[in-house]
Amino acid sequence: MDPVQSLVKGLADKYGRTRESLLPVMQGVVQQEKYLSEYSMVEIAREMDIPASDVYGTATFYSFLETQPAGKFIIRVCKTITCAMKGKNQILFSIQDMLKIKVGETTPDNRFTLLETNCLGWCHKAPAMLINDEVYTDLTPEKIREILSGYIKKSI
Amino acid sequence: MAYSYQLKRVDFIFKNENNWEKVLATTIKKKPEEIINELISSELKGRGGAGFPTGLKWKLTAEAKAKNKYVICNADEGEPGTFKDREILSRVPYKVLTAMAVCGYVTGAKEGYIYLRGEYKFLEEELNKAIEEFHYYCQETNLDFKVKIFMGSGAYICGEETALMESMEGRRGEPRNKPPFPTQAGYMDGPTVINNVETLVHTFTIFEYGAKKFYDLGVQYSRGTKLFSVSGDTPKPGIYELELGMSLQDFVYEFGDGDTKAVQVGGASGFLVPRKKFNDTAIGYQGKLVGISLPTGGSMMLFNSSRSMFNVLDNYLEFFREESCGQCTPCRVGCQQLLLGIKAVKRGEKPASYLEKLLRLTETMQYTAKCGLGQSVANSFSSIVENFREEMIY
Repeated sequence: MDPVQSLVKGLADKYGRTRESLLPVMQGVVQQEKYLSEYSMVEIAREMDIPASDVYGTATFYSFLETQPAGKFIIRVCKTITCAMKGKNQILFSIQDMLKIKVGETTPDNRFTLLETNCLGWCHKAPAMLINDEVYTDLTPEKIREILSGYIKKSI
Repeated sequence: MAYSYQLKRVDFIFKNENNWEKVLATTIKKKPEEIINELISSELKGRGGAGFPTGLKWKLTAEAKAKNKYVICNADEGEPGTFKDREILSRVPYKVLTAMAVCGYVTGAKEGYIYLRGEYKFLEEELNKAIEEFHYYCQETNLDFKVKIFMGSGAYICGEETALMESMEGRRGEPRNKPPFPTQAGYMDGPTVINNVETLVHTFTIFEYGAKKFYDLGVQYSRGTKLFSVSGDTPKPGIYELELGMSLQDFVYEFGDGDTKAVQVGGASGFLVPRKKFNDTAIGYQGKLVGISLPTGGSMMLFNSSRSMFNVLDNYLEFFREESCGQCTPCRVGCQQLLLGIKAVKRGEKPASYLEKLLRLTETMQYTAKCGLGQSVANSFSSIVENFREEMIY
């Protein structure tokens, strides 16, 4: 068994093989692999006996279930109204400037993916962003440099 | 003369969490009918924004005959400008769990779920610890009730109750047709009570202090207190528990920065109120009160005169276009066309009268869209376009 197969099998053993377990299984794969490749979706379909088209259809509905290759750290900057008003664009510029990627891109070393996302629920501390599951609020360009340097050091 | 006003600050929600064992023990000594009557007489309405009477919801589910029933706590807090549910779950999780267990006792449900949005995954670990301790207590006291967390994966529409159930069943989060309502056939076709996080906490307050104390707060048709998520152009953004029924003018005196041009009540799916209407607008559920009464899930966003209302509407429409589940045509195509339409008017490619066409489109969406998302786009669209028409055109 290759790593994806055994990952999917492990998750299906843990959560079950009924349809209600599909989301937890897919979330588990994304947690490990950062995204759902076509191969892993077919593997999930096989393991859980669900049509592959259904797995694909469900996966593509949810914005946190990536179906494109993504880096080790996925940065999601909130773009909804309050964050937009409180300087989201400056935050994006500083991230783009530091990592040399645009929104939707991944750094060549596969460490960072930059995305925009809808309301994160931190409007009183805008602007806000997520890096994987970690939340960062009250962002300023200076804070961005500090946070990202930490991640760059961490991932070496 | 200085304007005198009074916003009634209250403090129930974040207080006395340690009481939960006592509240749970005394409440489940009562008969289910007694608890339901208590809730009905408190006139508590759903705090997610829709405002369905909570007691009635519990009653309908209790009366439904089925082997498996469910209690779901809706923590898919996605409305722009709302962040109260996160605060509740991180500060008083035991209150939520207690309310869910009482609901299980009343309705006959043995399983409870907390549907937690993917953006709040960092809460999962702490919440699971609380659930573990709660289970331990249930075991000790022979209470047959279990709670599990179900993680969402980034979809605003899953806050709609039937879409949430579709999602829990492993499918795309597309809303179902109603009826049947969840109280008859919800999760896995079992009768289901689905309540917002804050609604559950209010039931705890009612169990703790009695229905009368709750009923005495607020105004007619809008009883009790509400958590408000205040953001935007305000010197004190944050979460505040206030009595329902206050006038928007009072709210702006307290939270405005002195230059408030408009307030968005109820998030992107709510209404924008311009300065001249602050005095005639109250915050609460719709009833036969004088003037306008606006409901809100708690989202209050303030805009000062430096903000362009075109940009605000543009941001909302972009949000709706992305978050529309795409299942029904009025919403899927409507959101796209509204966004294209206001941009075309702004660029001068369409005449100003095109705005009327767009307003008619929102009306069509209001009548024909399948769920609240498509139906409520009209709220913010018409209230912004009608009150700030010049800003849309020039």
